[in-house]
Amino acid sequence: MASQEQLSAIKGAKVLMVGAGGIGCELLKTLALSGFQDIHIIDMDTIEVSNLNRQFLFRQSHVGQSKAKVARDAVLRVRPNISITPYHANVKESRFNVDFFKEFDVVLNGLDNLDARRHVNRLCLAADVPLVESGTTGFLGQVTVHLKGKTECYECQPKPAPKTYPVCTITSTPSKFVHCIVWAKDLLFAKLFGDKNLENDLNVHSNDAANSSEHSDVFEYRKDEDIEEYGRRIYDHVFGHNIEVALSNEETWKNRNKPRPIYSKDVLPEKLSEQNGNMEKGCVTDDVSAMASLGLKNPQDVWSLGENSRVFLEALRLFFLKREKEIGNLTFDKDDQLAVEFVTAAANIRASSFGIPLHSLFEAKGIAGNIVHAVATTNAIIAGLIVIEAIKVLIKDSNNYRMTYCLEHPSRKMLLMPVEPYEPNKSCYVCSETPLSLEVNTHRSKLRDFVEKIVKAKLGMNFPLIMQGASILYEVGEDLEEDMVAIYAANLEKLLVGLCLLSRIFSRSSHAISISSIGKNLMRRRNLMECFSLDGLNLLLIRTRISLLEMVKVHPMLYQQRRVWRPRRTLQFRKFQR
Amino acid sequence: MDGEELTEQETALYDRQIRVWGADAQRRLSKSHILVYGIKGTVAEFCKNIVLAGVGSLTLVDDRVVNEEALSANFLILPDDNLFQGKTLAEVCCDSLKEFNPMVRVSVEKGDISTFGVEFFEKFDVVVISCCSLAKKKLINQKCRKLSKRVAFYTVDCRGSCGEIFVDLQNYKYSKKKLEENIDCQLEYPSFEEAISVPWRALPRRVSKLYFAMRVIEGFEDVEGRNPGETSITDLPGVLKLRKELCETNSLNESQIPNALLERLLIGTREYPPVCAIIGGILGQEVIKAISGKGDPLKNFFFFDAMDGKGLIEDISEPNTGS
Repeated sequence: MASQEQLSAIKGAKVLMVGAGGIGCELLKTLALSGFQDIHIIDMDTIEVSNLNRQFLFRQSHVGQSKAKVARDAVLRVRPNISITPYHANVKESRFNVDFFKEFDVVLNGLDNLDARRHVNRLCLAADVPLVESGTTGFLGQVTVHLKGKTECYECQPKPAPKTYPVCTITSTPSKFVHCIVWAKDLLFAKLFGDKNLENDLNVHSNDAANSSEHSDVFEYRKDEDIEEYGRRIYDHVFGHNIEVALSNEETWKNRNKPRPIYSKDVLPEKLSEQNGNMEKGCVTDDVSAMASLGLKNPQDVWSLGENSRVFLEALRLFFLKREKEIGNLTFDKDDQLAVEFVTAAANIRASSFGIPLHSLFEAKGIAGNIVHAVATTNAIIAGLIVIEAIKVLIKDSNNYRMTYCLEHPSRKMLLMPVEPYEPNKSCYVCSETPLSLEVNTHRSKLRDFVEKIVKAKLGMNFPLIMQGASILYEVGEDLEEDMVAIYAANLEKLLVGLCLLSRIFSRSSHAISISSIGKNLMRRRNLMECFSLDGLNLLLIRTRISLLEMVKVHPMLYQQRRVWRPRRTLQFRKFQR
Repeated sequence: MDGEELTEQETALYDRQIRVWGADAQRRLSKSHILVYGIKGTVAEFCKNIVLAGVGSLTLVDDRVVNEEALSANFLILPDDNLFQGKTLAEVCCDSLKEFNPMVRVSVEKGDISTFGVEFFEKFDVVVISCCSLAKKKLINQKCRKLSKRVAFYTVDCRGSCGEIFVDLQNYKYSKKKLEENIDCQLEYPSFEEAISVPWRALPRRVSKLYFAMRVIEGFEDVEGRNPGETSITDLPGVLKLRKELCETNSLNESQIPNALLERLLIGTREYPPVCAIIGGILGQEVIKAISGKGDPLKNFFFFDAMDGKGLIEDISEPNTGS
């Protein structure tokens, strides 16, 4: 039961929730029941059927509507006299700026992507507002508390980047099913149904660059061509011909199992239109589906090579027959049944060729769509833990702030494990006051390299403003004059040595560290966030020879940091106090 | 649901959770029948969780009328006077729960559950009771154990910022994943009466203080003939006296059951919504595991205290029984 002190803090608190999905629904409900009276909630998504197994504020009839708004309406029915302000918007919009964040006593995240989390983290740091972060996957979850200067910020410990695969693994030497999925989705599907103007590595082989232009019209559908013939032509090209070409390079297969070419006449000798005489009969619904028209009912079944091949051809046929207008504009969408069927079939045929186990549509969809598995119970537990931390933050009970981990298997009898928050990481490039050090060959690196690879890619500053002394070398904005834009464009092509770079970097949407007097004036005029002083950047970031003296003030720490800074393990337990 | 396969509707709705526990477990869930007695905030959370998970049926028993206290932590009750005139707690909650998942049969059973015969309990796979006196807990647990069919039995209670779950799966066989393989396991659970009868000095040294504190409060309510949760700070002297007696009988140092903890439990007769969400979530997960027969179940007590934030499992059983 909440104490008087807690109750009064709760009553007067203004809370921002970012995300109205799995965690968001549970959180909004618990906040309302706990006595919170002024809640704002941002979410850009609309409701989908797959949400309904856990986002309990939503009903079938709400599919397609704004999550933030429907959540608000549902909770108001239980607590009609509180204020809930929904925003059906992206939290990265410029209206959700530092001043907006400053209005809140605490910010509670219920997001599902790293990019938005980093964005909110930086805004909370700039606004000096406490942030309670959280996440769940299946039975696992965690809640963490972030206060500027007192605890680690969300980015103090590096978060794992999404997995990417080398191009040649995808195009030539797949060894896992996921490689086949990426091939089917990002190459074949994109080539056949996506924007023709985009580059596509589909025909790229290690020694085949010269031939790619010859084959570029293989994928083009010829006017009046029989659809099944077209399908078989594509099939034979990617699963037959291309494999044979790959096999001709002996070197590649010296230490690997060779793939076998597959031709449609061997797998499906008879024409499909003769076999499935009653194909059209199955298609009564608006949802066009190869599975439905072939009578394949269960998405959990693993189809044979023959069945996959039928699905491949049938899906292709249905795209051309029923969705012709979309061809050339399609991107893969996990909720597009026909696209999922096509990608599953294509990936399975390729897998078959390379001796990789086949997978069901259900599994393939999960991989292709990067689907996160989720249940209601974990979200409910995490929401309860978030509210408990939020209340501690509101009454400034700093000795009791905890990071709490929800485990699937108990550790020392604990399913819910609280840990004291860590102090801020002094090397954190987001929240620390220490200048970062950069080693860069200033005779070879252009400003463009610096901006793209360091400032945007590594520091995540999306709208950087780069100054040297009092002059602006580069900035991004909507209201810039043409001649300034031209100057900036020219600057990008200059070598760093020529620009005498680097005393201050600002960013419109990002974090900040120490403010200089110049910075303060500039900020007031341009409504920017705080600036940060950049003397250099982490060794990790650019691999070049060391040649820095004329340009960059070397941070004394650099010479002591002979090895690459290694991130700490993500679950490190300090001495825990009972 | 009919047939062995999940319907298209089920596959679409349950997609994200099937990816967690598999289609097989989902099928078993859809055939399971749950009985719930005593609906406050925590049990409301639990009901929401299992309805969303897609159980076959949920039967609610609670003839108490809706009052202001019930509204405080139970989000299934809308504060619209017209909606709950003359209805019992079970009836109001039933209406709300049905909306969460039209594929689950939610219904109400009226009457005093302790008078229901053994054949009534046979209809269910899982029985969850809350707001029950010590005597009632033992009684219903015994009825579940008398059946030839194995009925999973749970008690759950939240007092203020603390929560307790008890699990009795009797003789339970299940499978779990170890590395790449599925291995078969077996556990033997004591009944509630057997568990609380284990002498305190026989328990492991670091058993959660909350276990003892809950037994003292429970004992006090039993001796004084109080309804569960019908206590206040004025009862502290009586409670401390009982603590002294119990500690003497059990050779336990009284400092193992701090005054401050007992006070919090006495005062905290209302539930605390964040704790309801946490306990309701843990209980939901346990019931889902028990129905699906997959994954290590909790044995046999779970405690949460918002003061220290730990969610602990305690195995309160005779040393020679158990896994």
